[in-house]
Amino acid sequence: MKKILVVCGNGLGTSFIVEMNVKAILKELGLEAEVSHTDLTTSKSEYADFYLGAADLLENLEDGKRNVIKLTNIMDKKELRKAIETNLKEV
Amino acid sequence: MVDLIMKDILGTPAILVGLFALFGLLLQRAAITNVISGTLKTVMGFVILGAGAGVIVGSLDKFSSMFDHAFNIQGVIPNNEAIVALAQDAFGTETAMIMLFGMLVNILLARVTPFKYIFLTGHHTMFMACLIAVILMTGGMSGFPLVFIGSIILGSLMVLMPALITPYTRKITGSDDFTIGHFGSIGYFVSAFVGEKVGKNSKSTEELKVPKSLGFLRDTSVAVALTMFILFFIVALFSGPTFIESQLSEGTNFLVFAFLQGLTFAAGVYIILAGVRMLLAEIVPAFKGIADKIVPNAIPALDCPAIFPFANNAVIIGFIFSFIAGLISMFLLPLVGLSVIVPGLVPHFFTGAAAGVFGNATGGRRGAIFGSMANGFLISFLPALLLPVLGILGFEGTTFGDSDFGVVGLLLGGIVELFSSPAIFISVILAILVAIFGIGILINKKNNPKEEEAA
Repeated sequence: MKKILVVCGNGLGTSFIVEMNVKAILKELGLEAEVSHTDLTTSKSEYADFYLGAADLLENLEDGKRNVIKLTNIMDKKELRKAIETNLKEV
Repeated sequence: MVDLIMKDILGTPAILVGLFALFGLLLQRAAITNVISGTLKTVMGFVILGAGAGVIVGSLDKFSSMFDHAFNIQGVIPNNEAIVALAQDAFGTETAMIMLFGMLVNILLARVTPFKYIFLTGHHTMFMACLIAVILMTGGMSGFPLVFIGSIILGSLMVLMPALITPYTRKITGSDDFTIGHFGSIGYFVSAFVGEKVGKNSKSTEELKVPKSLGFLRDTSVAVALTMFILFFIVALFSGPTFIESQLSEGTNFLVFAFLQGLTFAAGVYIILAGVRMLLAEIVPAFKGIADKIVPNAIPALDCPAIFPFANNAVIIGFIFSFIAGLISMFLLPLVGLSVIVPGLVPHFFTGAAAGVFGNATGGRRGAIFGSMANGFLISFLPALLLPVLGILGFEGTTFGDSDFGVVGLLLGGIVELFSSPAIFISVILAILVAIFGIGILINKKNNPKEEEAA
C-alpha cells in the first residue's frame, strides 16, 4: 500500500480538503493508497511514498530522496487528477 | 445513572466529541476497525488539545508578568488555538454541542436559502463555536437556550461570511468551484473594498518580481517559534535580569529563560494543532458527506490559502503590509487605553496574505498594500476590544485573532448585555438574522437574476 501525504503550512484546512479530493480521485481511478494530511514541520519527519502540496511550500521538502508532487493550483481537481495518474501509474 | 450519563459522559467534551465521530462513522457504515480507530483518535485529539493548553498557560503567565513589569500594561498574544484550548475546561461541552448543531444548521440553510455554501474549515467552526459559547455564557445564558441560539448563530455565520466575500472570490478565481470559508472574512471584505477605492489603474502585483525567501514562514511552527523567541527576548530585555531571575526563572539567566519560554509557547501551539487535526479527522469528512447528499450544487467554502495560488506575489506583499500595520498598532493601542496586541506572524501571514489577494483583485498593487494594511489594523484593534467581553478568559494573556471573531464577539457581547432575559435575547438575534438573510437574498436576486430556481 502506497502512502500519500498532503502537506500545507498549518496542516489543518487546505491539506485536509486536498486529502478528501485525492481520496475521491483514487476511488474514481480504482487505485488504492493510504492518504493523510499534516503540516510542513511534521511532514519532514514522517515517511510517505509521495508528498503532495503547493509548489512554493514543497520546495522546503525537496532533498532529492523524497517523491515530491508539486501543484501550481492546489484546488484544481484536474491538475490533481493528472498528477496522481502520472505518479501512481508508474509504480 | 442519569448523573453518570449527563455529567460524566455528555459533560466531558472529549467523550462528547468522540460520540459525534462514532455516530458519523456508523452513519457512513464504515468498517468496524475504522469505527474503533476513528472514535479513539477523535477523543485522543481532544485530550492532546488539553495537554497543549497546559504547556501554553505557564509560558503565557510568565510573558504577562514580564510584560507587565516592563511596560505596566497588559500585553496580549492573540492566538486562536491557545484561547480555544484554554477555554475547553470551562466551556468545552457547550463548544462541542454548538459546533455539531451549527454544522447541521449550516447544511439546512445551504439547502433552503440561495447561499449554497458548506463551510469546510473545521478548526474555524470549532473556534467560532467556542467564542459564541464563551460570550453567551459570560452574558448569563446556559443549557438548552444557549446551545439552540448558539448553533443558529454559528450555522448562519457559516453561510453568511462566505456569501459576503464570494463576489470578490469570483473575481479572483474566475469560477464558482469554491469560495473562501474562513473567519477572517470581514478583513478580506474590507481589503477588497479599500482596493476598489484606492486602486484605480493600479497594475497587478503579479507583474512584480518578489523575492521568494519568505516562503519558510508558511511553516506555522517555524513562524510561531521565531516570533515568540524574538518577542520574549525583547520583553525580557525591557524587564531586566533582576526581576526575572529573582521572580520567575529561579536564577536561570534571563535571556536563556526567555528563549526557552518563547519556544515553550510555540511547542504548546504545535501540540494543540496536532490535537485539533486529530479530532477533526472524522468529523469534517462526515459533515461533507452528509452535506453533499442533502444540498445539491453545494459550493465548498475553504480555508484561506485556497486562493493563494491565484496571486503569489500578493501573498507576500499582503503579509508584509498587514504585519507593518500590526507593528504600528502596537504603539497606537496603549495611546487609546487598550491592551497591547503583539502582532503574530501566523495571523498576519494567513489573513494578511489573503487580504492581499483580495485587495489585488479589486485594486492591483495599491489595493493589495492598503487593503492588507486595513486588515492588519483590524486584527490588532478587534482582539484588544474583544478582551473585556471574554469575561474570565480575558485575563489569560491571549485572545482570538481573526477579524470575524472580534466583530461577532463584540456584537453578541453588546446584545447579550442589553437583554438579560434569554427569551428576549433569542428573539432579538433571530430577528436580526432573518433581516440579514432577507437583505442578502434580495441583493443576491438583483445580482444574479438567472438563479431564480433556488430550492
